[in-house]
Amino acid sequence: MIRARNLVKNFGELTAVNDVSFEVRQGEIFAFLGPNGAGKTTTIKMLTTLLRPTSGTVQLDGLDPQKKQIEVRRRFGIVFQDPSLESEMTAYENMEIHGVLYHVPRKRRIERTERLLRQFDLWERRNEPVKRFSGGMKRRLEIARGFLHTPKILFLDEPTLGLDPQSRNQLWTHVKSLNESEGVTVFLTTHYMDEADRVAQRIAIIDHGKIVAQGSPAELKAQTGSDSLEHAFLALTGSSIRDESASSVDQMRQFVKMWRR
Amino acid sequence: MGAIYILWLREVKRYVRSRAQIVASLGQPLLYLLALGFGLGPVFQRSGNGSYLQFIAPGVIGMTVLFTSIFSGIGLLWDRQFGFLKETLVAPVPRISIVIGKTQGGVTVAMLQGTLVVVVCLIAGFRPSTLLAVPHAFVYMALIALVFAGLGTAIGSRLQDMQGFQLIMNFLVMPIFFLSGALFPLDHLPSALNALTVADPLSYGVDGLRGSLIGMSHFGLVTDLATLVAVAVALLGLGSYLFSRIEV
Repeated sequence: MIRARNLVKNFGELTAVNDVSFEVRQGEIFAFLGPNGAGKTTTIKMLTTLLRPTSGTVQLDGLDPQKKQIEVRRRFGIVFQDPSLESEMTAYENMEIHGVLYHVPRKRRIERTERLLRQFDLWERRNEPVKRFSGGMKRRLEIARGFLHTPKILFLDEPTLGLDPQSRNQLWTHVKSLNESEGVTVFLTTHYMDEADRVAQRIAIIDHGKIVAQGSPAELKAQTGSDSLEHAFLALTGSSIRDESASSVDQMRQFVKMWRR
Repeated sequence: MGAIYILWLREVKRYVRSRAQIVASLGQPLLYLLALGFGLGPVFQRSGNGSYLQFIAPGVIGMTVLFTSIFSGIGLLWDRQFGFLKETLVAPVPRISIVIGKTQGGVTVAMLQGTLVVVVCLIAGFRPSTLLAVPHAFVYMALIALVFAGLGTAIGSRLQDMQGFQLIMNFLVMPIFFLSGALFPLDHLPSALNALTVADPLSYGVDGLRGSLIGMSHFGLVTDLATLVAVAVALLGLGSYLFSRIEV
């Protein structure tokens, strides 16, 4: 369903993604893990038509995201790291806008909106503006919205960031059940290893722009002789803390702070 | 078509729902009309220029349309900040539809707000020369809205943060308003000021409004119309181009 071959992305001097290859099978839940700044979001952007790779090829459902932008976009849903809802409008209106933008026929849009909002426990509050929703509700709405146009692939970029354990648990239950009932392929990133262990059938670990390991959770644990995925992850990526490359403003602030002392 | 419509509808719905904001944004035009219209009125009259309220009302209408349309374009900055922009940019629709829906929404909102101010002007005592003058004036309102929705979109596509917004406000939007002849007649100006007013697209908009509403025009309505159409086409083109180059 997704095939990346020798994918490279340079930003000037910096190589964010360095010769990455992987394959995601149809109907699979695939976790893409890595420390901050490892190249996860850059990879997702290349898979979802938002960034052009420096070199290498990507295929989604057999199509090149750069050449067949519109067709590829119809085939996936995406939940970004940061919220992307229209917060002045209601949950129902957010679904409506999405349905129209994705050319879902009206009747089908109305049916699916109701079904998905019920499934994600948002139906009762469908006519409330999204700005009054909690973080967990907003996330659920974004995922429900991502499913509205019956995508073949759903991208989830750290969907559980900042959620409490209850919301996280519920969110994955929903995603799993939709993965089973609609056969949608799920490509996710997360920093919570227990989640990846629980929901993903296969995992790829990326570090410094390169894939350092690939396999099922059990295989990764066996490969590193660890009893948990967290330990396996640390064994593969080391335990030093990665700072995402700071912007020049941050660097300047650091510099000023240093001299004030 | 669906995409254009739904994004247009979004802008209009947002406007209609922000009742407090609509009322608040009537405050400024009202202040100009009352404080300047009646405050400077006697001086204006004594210098032989007729009623200042009659003179300033088209300027205040132009100001309202300018502010509303340019801010709707700059509103892209908010869409970027709060994330909704990404939802539209990754949707399977050409970017040109997105930018058309958004700018037409901005134009509609500016027209609605402009209509409210027309009503306020009529209540304050402004009298257009004929009854047909009002629909005629709507042509110029629409052109002003198109020009500045285009400019706003161009700016909003490039602006990265809120600091930039203040800069644009003080060094672009306010000068466009003050140099447009909304508040003073364009005759007998010092040549430097004259050059600035001639370069300001709003000058032609306000002049067109004044020409259509009270039959008093500096450049002539044909010049006003032609200039506004040309500038609108250029700025809408620029806005669409810069929008198409936004990176997420």
